[in-house]
Amino acid sequence: MLTVPIEIQILFAGLLFLLGLIGLLVRRNMIFMLMSIEIMFNSAGLVFIIAGNHWKQPDGQVMFIFILAVTAVEVAIGLALLLQVYHHYKTLDADAINKLKD
Amino acid sequence: MNLFFYIAAVVALISTIMAISGRNAIHSLLYLILSLLAVSVVYYLLDAPFIAALEVIIYAGAIMVLFIFVTMMLNIGIEKSTEKKWLNPRMWIIPSILTAILLIDFILAIKNIHVSPADHKVILPKQVGISLFSTYLLAVEIAAILLMAGVIGAYHLGSQKKKVTHRFLEKK
Amino acid sequence: MTIYIALIPAIPLLGFLVLALFGSTFNRKVIGYIGAGSVGLAALLTFIAGAYFIKSLPLVRSYSVFLWGWIKAGNLQADVSFSLDSLSLVFCFVITFVGFLIHVYSIEFMAKDDGFSRFFAYMNLFVGSMLILVLADNILLLYLGWEGVGLCSYLLIGFWYKKPENGYAARKAFIITRIGDTAMIIGIFILFLSFGTLNINELMQQTSEQWAEGSSIAVLTAALLLAGALGKSAQLPLQTWLPDAMAGPSPVSALIHAATMVTAGVYLIARTHVLFSLAPIVMTVIAIIGALTLLISGFSALAQHDLKRILAYSTISQIGYMFLALGIGAWSAAVFHFMIHAFFKALLFLAAGLVIIVLNEEHDIFRMGGLRKKMPIVFWTFLIGSASLSALPLITAGFYSKDQILWYSFSSETGSSLLWIAGMIGAFLTALYSFRMVFIVFFGETKTNPSFMPGKQMTVPLIILAVLSVVGGFVEIPESIGNFHLFSNLVDNTLPSVVVRETGHSEILFMSFSSIIVLAGMYLAYIVYFRKSGLSESFNHSRINKFFEKGWGFDRLYDTVFVKPVVWLSEMDKNDIFDWLNIGISRLALLTNNILRITQNGKLRWYLMSFTIGIVLILTYMICR
Repeated sequence: MLTVPIEIQILFAGLLFLLGLIGLLVRRNMIFMLMSIEIMFNSAGLVFIIAGNHWKQPDGQVMFIFILAVTAVEVAIGLALLLQVYHHYKTLDADAINKLKD
Repeated sequence: MNLFFYIAAVVALISTIMAISGRNAIHSLLYLILSLLAVSVVYYLLDAPFIAALEVIIYAGAIMVLFIFVTMMLNIGIEKSTEKKWLNPRMWIIPSILTAILLIDFILAIKNIHVSPADHKVILPKQVGISLFSTYLLAVEIAAILLMAGVIGAYHLGSQKKKVTHRFLEKK
Repeated sequence: MTIYIALIPAIPLLGFLVLALFGSTFNRKVIGYIGAGSVGLAALLTFIAGAYFIKSLPLVRSYSVFLWGWIKAGNLQADVSFSLDSLSLVFCFVITFVGFLIHVYSIEFMAKDDGFSRFFAYMNLFVGSMLILVLADNILLLYLGWEGVGLCSYLLIGFWYKKPENGYAARKAFIITRIGDTAMIIGIFILFLSFGTLNINELMQQTSEQWAEGSSIAVLTAALLLAGALGKSAQLPLQTWLPDAMAGPSPVSALIHAATMVTAGVYLIARTHVLFSLAPIVMTVIAIIGALTLLISGFSALAQHDLKRILAYSTISQIGYMFLALGIGAWSAAVFHFMIHAFFKALLFLAAGLVIIVLNEEHDIFRMGGLRKKMPIVFWTFLIGSASLSALPLITAGFYSKDQILWYSFSSETGSSLLWIAGMIGAFLTALYSFRMVFIVFFGETKTNPSFMPGKQMTVPLIILAVLSVVGGFVEIPESIGNFHLFSNLVDNTLPSVVVRETGHSEILFMSFSSIIVLAGMYLAYIVYFRKSGLSESFNHSRINKFFEKGWGFDRLYDTVFVKPVVWLSEMDKNDIFDWLNIGISRLALLTNNILRITQNGKLRWYLMSFTIGIVLILTYMICR
């Protein structure tokens, strides 16, 4: 039985999210960017579990399962795209893929 | 119980920080797996054992392993020099400032929550299952289609057609 | 009966609409029928209406038909209504009948041209507008027809638009006549402001009642209307457009620039003669302008070597005679000369066009010659036309009309011997240059051979016009010879007769003077241009010849005084404030684009940063509210 105040729990999830955001903004290697996105997904799921626990409803956990499914698909597709980019540009630098500029 | 929560939280945060600031890709991924395990502990403490198991199996076990596979395939762990070049400390300033502002906003937003918790009850996986397949049946089906689309997409995107050019025309 | 009056301008306009909308789908024969047939039908209606009108004289002086109310804005009321009186009847007759002959001629003349239906559409529009002009009951409708003929003149001068010189000539004509049109519309404004009505009859009545003779407002209005007439009729100082307008096809020159449009000024002054009588100084100016113009263009015609330009200067000169007649108050003499001039000038232009087209677009008379034997019909009709132009005594119509003007220029109350002397010199010059034309083109050795013989559609109108050039004068024979005044009796109820002062001389004396002068001119032309004496050679290369040929330097004068400063000014003013406004707006847009373009650099992390900044801002805003 957990009596940690709900604010602290959400703050913890938020901190994880923000760390993921920092990682996304700072890193230049695309693997790391995808990784940071994973962190953000995970923190979103954490919030759902916290809420579900708080209100004592199964919906939070259901939502987390869906997020998990989406994350899996996203990772698969993202990594496939990453492989294509790597084979074309021979680098994983996010700044190298700037052909869509004005 | 609360103590475990705080310890697990601290572990998760520290390992995430190490993950995002690491030079070596494999090391970062492993730190990330550690973070996920810590979060799984948190899940267990939050009366969601099923989810904790799922987190370990799927998230840490499948998705991260996928990451590691790709990283190893692309052979990028070795190139530390590029990472060093790309990751100078000056880069951290502005994202940190922005994120700090977001954090402050976040805290201010949380402070205004005035809710009282309901009575204690553990949510069993059975309840989750029933809820999944009765209330959220449609969403399950859609998630299944999404997964199929992901599979097909990943297959097509992953295949590389070798460009066939005559050896006299190749510019090397 | 009144419906006929309304149909007279309507049928050519209908022909224009049909040809403009569907002309390209018809074959040439049908287009010819529609184009010439509509004008022919209008001529027939004019005959019928005219016969009816003449029968009902002198009880009814004019017939009016009201069609519809055009503008109705408070005090300003202009209606589309036509009125037929003897003055408009004469003009209608000339326009429709000569127009019909010219249309028939054009069927064969323009047969090989691509713009066949376009030509007939424009010609029909022209005839319709001119008919509106002469039949109009109120002065705004007259101005509508005025502008319509100006437009058609532009369209038809620049008919062969693929050559830029033709477009330049068309623009020159339009711009110069525009100067006159602007003065005229200001005159119309003054009339409307003073009297509140636009109906011509009412206006004339009110001006004679309310404005004193010689008052400044009458002089101003008359001068403005005069300026309009000067522009359209190519008199001094707005005469420079007519020689260049010869760039259009010959039927156009015949119809517009010989018989009808250039006489619109004469019509205007004759129609508003009440107003002009109230401003004697303006009348004197008209007479002086007429005299000067006929002299200047007479000299210029002598020095030209392009066949159509000789005829153009001749037209300017003959209209100078009409203006001279108007200026001394001989209204009916001016209209009579207009009618006769229409016959022989149209004849001359059609014959000249035929010569030019048969000689494969050769315009220079010094490269023609000896066509008398090769094209007999053209030779005889051209000879008759030139004789009528020179006013060969007693047998040509031109003699009666021009002689009447010369007599009145001396004997009218406001005439003077100076004007008569100018008219005499003009007659001498006319005979000289017209027979110069005849001798150089039709006699001597052939320098260019005709490539084909003209057909009936081209020669029959020539013959009809030649007959009219001889016979037409017999409707007005002066008292001293036969005293047959059919014409002036007709127009007398619209135009007052000229006041003659008592002179000691008789008309016969003056007639003999003018006959001698004319014969002398013809004889001189015979000697110089037929007997080939060396006189003409030395004259041809002299500087005064060049001066005459360039139209007494008017083109150069206008170029230096008006054209070059305006061009220089607009060059200098290339980047004025309004340009800056337009350029500024576009520069601003480009600047904004260049600034915003920096945000689209294709870098993924840049976009992520912008997301984050956006989220921060929105959340901060939401929290702080």
